[in-house]
Amino acid sequence: MKKLFILILLLTNAAFAGDAKPLADDPVIEARLKAMSSELRCLVCQNTTLADSTAPLAEDLRKEIRVQMRAGKSDQEVVDYLVARYGDFVRYRPPVNNETALLWFGPFLLLLIGGFVLFRVLKKHAGSDDIQGEDA
Amino acid sequence: MKRTAKFLIPLALFLIAVGFLFKGLFLDPHEVPSPLVGKPAPAFTAPLLSDSGNSFNTADMKGKVWLLNVWASWCVACREEHPVLVAIAKTGIVDTYGLDYKDTDLEAQAVIDENGNPYKQIATDIDGKIGIDYGVYGVPETYVIDKKGIIRYKQIGPITEEAFFSKILPLVKELQK
Repeated sequence: MKKLFILILLLTNAAFAGDAKPLADDPVIEARLKAMSSELRCLVCQNTTLADSTAPLAEDLRKEIRVQMRAGKSDQEVVDYLVARYGDFVRYRPPVNNETALLWFGPFLLLLIGGFVLFRVLKKHAGSDDIQGEDA
Repeated sequence: MKRTAKFLIPLALFLIAVGFLFKGLFLDPHEVPSPLVGKPAPAFTAPLLSDSGNSFNTADMKGKVWLLNVWASWCVACREEHPVLVAIAKTGIVDTYGLDYKDTDLEAQAVIDENGNPYKQIATDIDGKIGIDYGVYGVPETYVIDKKGIIRYKQIGPITEEAFFSKILPLVKELQK
């Protein structure tokens, strides 16, 4: 009975070893994939990176990225490939272009407006006595 | 008077912010605009469902306005959409071609046999490669493709009756002219 049990264990293990063959043995490609996919959004579960997502689409995309990297494509080419299909939304760092200009420069614009208002208010008060009076 | 006006500025800014946030409540973050709209539909040739000896080819579609509906037997929202597709097929206004995404012929055929076939032809995409080329990230998705093979519209999620009459139908009629 024990022997049979061990035999079954061995057999199933062997089967698993056959199944779980790594998709890519190349550590360089794995490292590149890991770095790149942490910067990409999984479109199925949008708050997850492509690196962490277990969605079937994310698996497919990681597979496709590996294939392209092995074919000698640069990181930029692979990202461009994905952006062409899924849009800038896949990137966690949106590129600077017309559509995202407000996103990138809006805060600075607000800072400028705020600074201007502050400057005006301070200047106005500088001439009057209230602030000087308080300071003194 | 001037004093009151100044006092109202923060309130006005606040109301504008509320306006944007309120609009945000009705936006679906899952509807990511496709960069493919306005671009040529990616060409593909794929075996037909339950008829792998023959294939569907996008090149054959030149000169006609058509819908490419990406679906799967495992997709629940597709079942919801199915009767709408059947109704569209019955009108005869526009042909719908199916792309059976990451599915098996057996299961997909069972759905068609049970609920009717709204498709002119059904191409199969077993490994999801065509889906990637079309930027599919959740089925069902439907593309309106014009006579020159340009994608004109992408419906993310099921085509509802409302979406068909308000968006797809007017667009198809316009493109068919």
